[in-house]
Amino acid sequence: MSATRASRDDTPLIRVRGLANRFGAHSVHQELDLDLYPGEILGVVGGSGTGKSVLLRSIVGLLRPSAGQIEVFGEDLLGLSAGDRSRVERRFGVLFQRGALFTSLTLQENVALPLIEHIGLSRTDAEALARVKLALAGLPGEAAIKYPAELSGGMIKRAALARALALDPEVLFLDEPTAGLDPIGAAAFDRLILTLRDALGLSVFLVTHDLDTLYTACDRVAVLSRGRVLVADRLDVVAATDDDWIHDYFHGPRGRAAHEAAHPVEEP
Amino acid sequence: MTEPGHIDQQDGRLAIAGDWTLVHYAALKRQVERLAKAREPSPEGVDLDGLAALDTAGAVLLMELVGAGPLAAIDDWAPDLPESRRALLRTLGEAMADNRPPEVRPVRPLRDTLARTGQLVEGLWQQQRQLLGFIGQVLATLAVTAWRPSRWRLTSVVAQLHQTGLNALPIVALLTFLVGAVVAFLGATVLRDFGATIYTVNLVAFAFLREFGVLLAAILLAGRTASAFTAQLGAMKANEELDAVRTLGLDPIELLVLPRVLAMMLTLPILTFVGMLSGMLGGALVCLLALDISLFQFVAILQRDIPLEHFLVGLSKAPIFAFLVAVIGCLEGFKVSGSAQSVGEHTTSSVVQSIFVVILLDAVAALFFMEMGW
Repeated sequence: MSATRASRDDTPLIRVRGLANRFGAHSVHQELDLDLYPGEILGVVGGSGTGKSVLLRSIVGLLRPSAGQIEVFGEDLLGLSAGDRSRVERRFGVLFQRGALFTSLTLQENVALPLIEHIGLSRTDAEALARVKLALAGLPGEAAIKYPAELSGGMIKRAALARALALDPEVLFLDEPTAGLDPIGAAAFDRLILTLRDALGLSVFLVTHDLDTLYTACDRVAVLSRGRVLVADRLDVVAATDDDWIHDYFHGPRGRAAHEAAHPVEEP
Repeated sequence: MTEPGHIDQQDGRLAIAGDWTLVHYAALKRQVERLAKAREPSPEGVDLDGLAALDTAGAVLLMELVGAGPLAAIDDWAPDLPESRRALLRTLGEAMADNRPPEVRPVRPLRDTLARTGQLVEGLWQQQRQLLGFIGQVLATLAVTAWRPSRWRLTSVVAQLHQTGLNALPIVALLTFLVGAVVAFLGATVLRDFGATIYTVNLVAFAFLREFGVLLAAILLAGRTASAFTAQLGAMKANEELDAVRTLGLDPIELLVLPRVLAMMLTLPILTFVGMLSGMLGGALVCLLALDISLFQFVAILQRDIPLEHFLVGLSKAPIFAFLVAVIGCLEGFKVSGSAQSVGEHTTSSVVQSIFVVILLDAVAALFFMEMGW
């Protein structure tokens, strides 16, 4: 990726140290360390059940980890009071796996809700802004007054992205954004994320299974395995790491196909 | 640097300055709207050099000032702006260039009211038709499976019996006990003037055996179980589980509705019986404490004055109420469509409908039994 902005000198926006999550006797994370640098798109991959979504939920504050430290914008998230926490969390935008749009509200009301509640805009202003966010997410104008039940999966993802962007967040969390989309829709969504990252200066924490997304959109890739981050680096470095799971993941038939699609000239 | 966004007007030029961000949106919006009245949106004379911070909200206001098309072509008229700013403005301009605001239907009060009334009546009619159709389907399925014991879902029925019957027992007993005490108090107060307080026993027994035992139990189950059925089946419908049942070649009515209906038809008579006993116990307690009628005397009067048929009249209504409450609860669950709001609407509707049906039918039955002299 030519757009790699992250360099090691930057201070990370999000610094996770020694994170542990246990559910009863079952341990999901132990001693997990991870950084998210400003302006980068970090892809988080791992087999099913390695706790990718749990990691995302601990960082955005939906789940209190059993142990460890999460520093966000230089503040210790777990040590903050509820009010300060809410202020920090307002700088996050989260796209949930199945959209999680409010089904009783139209799309523009969905996006306008945080603008009305947090910024105190009037309903008209908030909905006008909401329509722009929906357009930025690539939805046609007439979709604004539709209800989520009337939309296809791809449109729901886009609308949910528009809601995640409502408050102009600095960090965007995406939980499997391309899952359930057709390949064309998924590729368009990858491009959309890149465009928005460049235009809005976002940092993106992207949980995915989609190899094409890793190759086209991500600056760095973190691999979760056995409760820890096995490796977090540029994709070629990660792919070359000596680990059975990583080898199967990146050099299996699907991994090879995605790599060839992203780097057609490199093939002998 | 952190100066609120504003527009400086000098010699017909518009100098954009300060932070154009969401926090200053309201103030900026007023200024932009005032300017928009005086001039057509165009980039002419707009000077972006003083721009400090910019986010999408600020970019939207700039778009109102210069128009979407020119914003997409920002590179031509403001090449000195940092690339990240231009990227934002360009992306926004491109996204909004051929974006039309949705058409909002005008509100016509009279027509809309008439249309809504029509929809409501049509909806009510359809609801009754659907209910009758569904009752037919359930009865047909029942008739088919009744002869094939291998297709009886005993486990399911027992689980439902546990949930709808055993778990509801305490609340039914408590409620009927309290109402029994209240009826006895009422009777004692009214009958005292005639010196006939001893008839309080007859009043309580009559009321609970014929009406209150079954009515209170049925209304409680309508609130407690019909709503649960609707929510359970509604959540399954929303999660496409009902479709999955069908594609697996199974019949949702046989699999999900019949066990619930049968469990209810077994449960309600038992709960009715408990309700009758518990109500009369409440009455007996009041008789003992307020009227000095001993328990022994209470039972003796019951034995002497109250024939068995009152008990049978009350109990005979229970399976019918149970069938209707369960069927309404299940049907409303099947009618749920995707959204959370729809689950709420149908749960409400199922409780209201089933209570309404129970009371209506009870009134009709009271008339019928009276005319028959039972």
